[in-house]
Formats: sequence, structure tokens, C-alpha cells
Amino acid sequence: MSNASSQSAEEARFQARIDAEDKIEPKDWMPEAYRRTLIRQISQHAHSEYVGMLPEGNWLTRAPTLRRKAALMAKIQDEAGHGLYLYSAAETLGASRDEMYRDLLSGKAKYSSIFNYPTLTWADIGAIGWLVDGAAITNQVPLCRCSFGPYARAMVRVCKEESFHQRQGFQIMLSLAHGEPEQKAMAQDALNRWWWPSIAMFGPPDGESKHSAQSMAWKIKRHSNDELRQRFVDMTVPQADFLGLRIPDDDLKFNADTGHYETGPIDWDDFWAVVNGEGQCNTDRLAARQKAHDEGAWVRDAATAYAAKRAARKAAERIAAE
Amino acid sequence: MADHLFEYTLRLGDNCLILGQRLAEWTGHAPILEEDLALGNLGLDLLGQARAFLTYAGKVEGKGRSEDDLAFLRDAHAFRNVSLVEQPNGDFGQTMARHLLFAGWYSLVLERLTQSQDSTLAAVAEKGVKEIAYHWRHAAEWTIRLGDGTDESHRRMQSGLHQVWGYTPELFRMDETDTAMLRAGVGADLAALQPAWDARIDAVLVEASLERPSSVTRSNGKQGVHSEHLGHMLSEMQFLQRAYPGMEW
Repeated sequence: MSNASSQSAEEARFQARIDAEDKIEPKDWMPEAYRRTLIRQISQHAHSEYVGMLPEGNWLTRAPTLRRKAALMAKIQDEAGHGLYLYSAAETLGASRDEMYRDLLSGKAKYSSIFNYPTLTWADIGAIGWLVDGAAITNQVPLCRCSFGPYARAMVRVCKEESFHQRQGFQIMLSLAHGEPEQKAMAQDALNRWWWPSIAMFGPPDGESKHSAQSMAWKIKRHSNDELRQRFVDMTVPQADFLGLRIPDDDLKFNADTGHYETGPIDWDDFWAVVNGEGQCNTDRLAARQKAHDEGAWVRDAATAYAAKRAARKAAERIAAE
Repeated sequence: MADHLFEYTLRLGDNCLILGQRLAEWTGHAPILEEDLALGNLGLDLLGQARAFLTYAGKVEGKGRSEDDLAFLRDAHAFRNVSLVEQPNGDFGQTMARHLLFAGWYSLVLERLTQSQDSTLAAVAEKGVKEIAYHWRHAAEWTIRLGDGTDESHRRMQSGLHQVWGYTPELFRMDETDTAMLRAGVGADLAALQPAWDARIDAVLVEASLERPSSVTRSNGKQGVHSEHLGHMLSEMQFLQRAYPGMEW
């Protein structure tokens, strides 16, 4: 973080605009680090939407009813749409889609590590909607007030759709939890596997989060990781009770003095191991993205070649007409 | 008569369901993110129409079968889709070839059905015809782009067309059910659609500098005689309903 005395006049003006809750637009002056931070965060978010289509796509062809299949298909399609707005928002900062993809495929750019966990049963589709999208909304609602205009505006639309996704996931869990014993067991098993990764999605505890302080000063981020995690836990525990499912945490308790639920310790070694490549699906997810990219190359080349041919023909027609 | 209407509606519903399921297989694997979005859109349209047709088929049959009973609890021989739609996706060119040939035909069928004496079929067709007009445009644009793109895309698009072309004669072949429905003012005259289909397909192929294949594959999907592919698709699609019978999801 640059200290006040070394701030240039431009930086000071920029920070004053941020402090006054002005939105920063793509053509406005901004510190290089602000631009880089946003490109990193927005492209990572876009990659998460893109990679996140895979674990859900894994059950789309096996959805148990046509209504569930249609809802899941619409949800995954929304995610493709979110990926597109977010890549576009990052492009306004000067990043190109090709570069962003290259960074995703090379492993240089990250995506949400939650998608490195497998979807083993239909209940996982419910758990992803309920917990993963629930956590995502908790993270993203404050981003609707992010200081960078295009990101904030993209988030308004994304959040509306995410809340529909979250309800959809909860509805799946509800049907299973109120269903036959096998279905209830399926729902409990999914909660057992997704609970800890979901609360880890908010990132490392406040003291250890390396990007947090500057992002808060720039109002890219509005709340600390631990605050958001607490908000999610407080919202979700009563929902699990309503479903009649047990959160897999023996230390979980309600603190009447603070009005908050307190969880047991999160296994951060496990979290970092998965981020750094040991998850069951890290290799598969990137391999799937790489395969689609490679197998789609001829299609993208054809579209480019056709557009060039068409432009050349149009130009020739114009010359002939003159 | 009710038997024919059931059979006829089932054919419409199964075409949409099976092709929608094929498109779902592309999810997350399309050549560009924009096409993930577009293929999802096409799949959703088809799935929506499938639900309307299958729900109505269950009602016409009068045995209390729901859209899900029909989709998940029939074996392959009871499916009535044309064989074209169950053919595997292949590469993106083959998927677009299948969609071009099908949407070119299906949009004509729906146009006729908007005039059907059966008000339910007419209402579903009225909504569907607008959706499938987009399917046709999307497939035609890609066929032209790929046919007239690079050498490789031309070769692949041509090969995709060859792969599925043989299933098109079935689209225009009238059988007892089709004839009964035509006479009742409910169904479309499929044989009469051929010239309009030929003309629109040929126009796209010319612009794409692709050759019109002439292959014929004996297929009778709409009478329940399917290719080997359908059984595999159903074993995946129906898995949960088969493994956990009679449960609510």
C-alpha cells in the first residue's frame, strides 16, 4: 500500500474519488496496481463461472426430472452469460480474452477452488446451488457497490440470477431431505462434503489475506473475509435445521451474547492443498477446458477466416460499383 | 383416433427431448463461450417444447402418465423420435449439420401445425415456431461460416453433413399415423414439405460452397426402430429414475 507522502497528485485525486464513493470508469485515470488487481479479480471470477459449468454439466444429462433438467440447463446457461459479462468487464481494463484464457489454461490464473471438488450424486447439484451459490451471493452482493463501475454493474445482474440459483439448489435439497431415506442420505452426504469447502470459499482468515487491505482501501472489497463468512454461516445454519440435515461440525454452536454461530476450526492446510493442485478434479477441470479450447480451434479459425473473406468481398463489390 | 394423436404428439415430444438431451452434452465443452450460451439456449427451447408435447401426450393417452413417466420410464423401442436427432454430436460441424437439417424441417412442420385443428398442438407450435426460426438461422449461419471458412472447416462441415444426411428421407415419409392426422386436419403433410426444405437447404449449401450429399440410411425411428445410440443415451438420461424407482425429486 502506498503511503500518503509518496502518493502522486493523481493518486491522491483518485483516492479522493474512491473515498467520495465515485464510480471509476474504464477511461478514467487509475493506478496501475488498481487496474492489475481488478483484472486479476474479475478474470478469476470469469474463469470460475466458466469452469463452474463443468461440475454441474456433469449431472445435466442425468437430471431426474424434466423440470429439474430445464432449471439446471437455464442455470448453467446463466453462468456462461456471467462469464461473458465478466470477461467483457475485464476487457475494458485492457486485458484480452485470449490472454485471460491462456492464463487460465497455463494455471497462472486461478478460478474458485470449490470447483476442484467432484459432483458425485444428484444431491451435489442441490448443495452447489444452496451452499456454493449462497456463499457466492454473500461475496458478491457487496461487489455491486465496488468502486469500478463495469464490475459493479455486472454484479447487479449476476446477483439477481444467483439468488434464483440459490433457491433452485435449496429446492433440490428440500425435495431430497423430505424424500425417501436414500434421498435424505444423499442430501446429508452432499452437505458433509460441501460444507467445509463452502465456508473456506471466503478465503483465508483476515490476518492472513494478502490482498485484502489495499482492496478495502480501494473499495473493491467492502467487508473482510471473516465478516462475510460469518454472515454466510449465520444465514445457512438455520436453513440446514429447516432441512433436518446436520452440519458436519461438532464444535458448531450459537453464541447468545454475540447473536452469531461459531464454527470449529477450518482446515486451511486442506484448503491450500486443493488450491495448489491436490483436489480430486483440478487436473480434470483444466483438461476439460484445454480440450474444448483445442477442439474448438478450427471453429474459431473458420469464423475469423470467414469474416475476413466476407469483408474482402464487400470491399471488392464496393470498388466494382464505383 | 386418440391412439394416432397420442403417437403423433409423442413423436413431436421425443424429437425435442432427444435433440435437447444431445445439446445438453455440449454444456461447458463448446468451441467458444458464446456457443455454450447459444447451444444452451437451443437445448432449453427444445426441452420446453418437449415438456409441453409430452404432458399433452400423457393427457391424450389417458393412463395418467406424466411428462417424466414418458421421458424416464420408456425403453428405446417406445421412443418415437426420428433417428436423425439421436445421432451423436460428433464435432461442432456435425452438430450444426444435424441441427440445420432438423431445424430446416421442424420449423416447416411447426408452421403447418400452427393451423392444426388440435388447439393444444397449435398453441405449442405457435410459440415454438418463433424459437425454431432462430435455430434455423443459427445453424445456417454456422454452416456457411464453416463451409466457407478454412480448408479444414470446409472438410469437417462436409463430412458432418455426410454423416447425418442419410437420416433425412425419414423426415418426409408418411405412415399411417401421419396420414390419419393429416386427414383429421391435425398433422402436417410431411411429403409436401420436401420441396420447401430442399430449396432452403440447397440455398445454404450453395452459399457455404458445400456439396449436397445423396446418402440414404434406412431409418425408422418414429416407428420405434432406433440406432444403437439411443439406448446408451437413455441409460444415462434415465439413470436416477431407474436406480431409485418411484421417488419424488
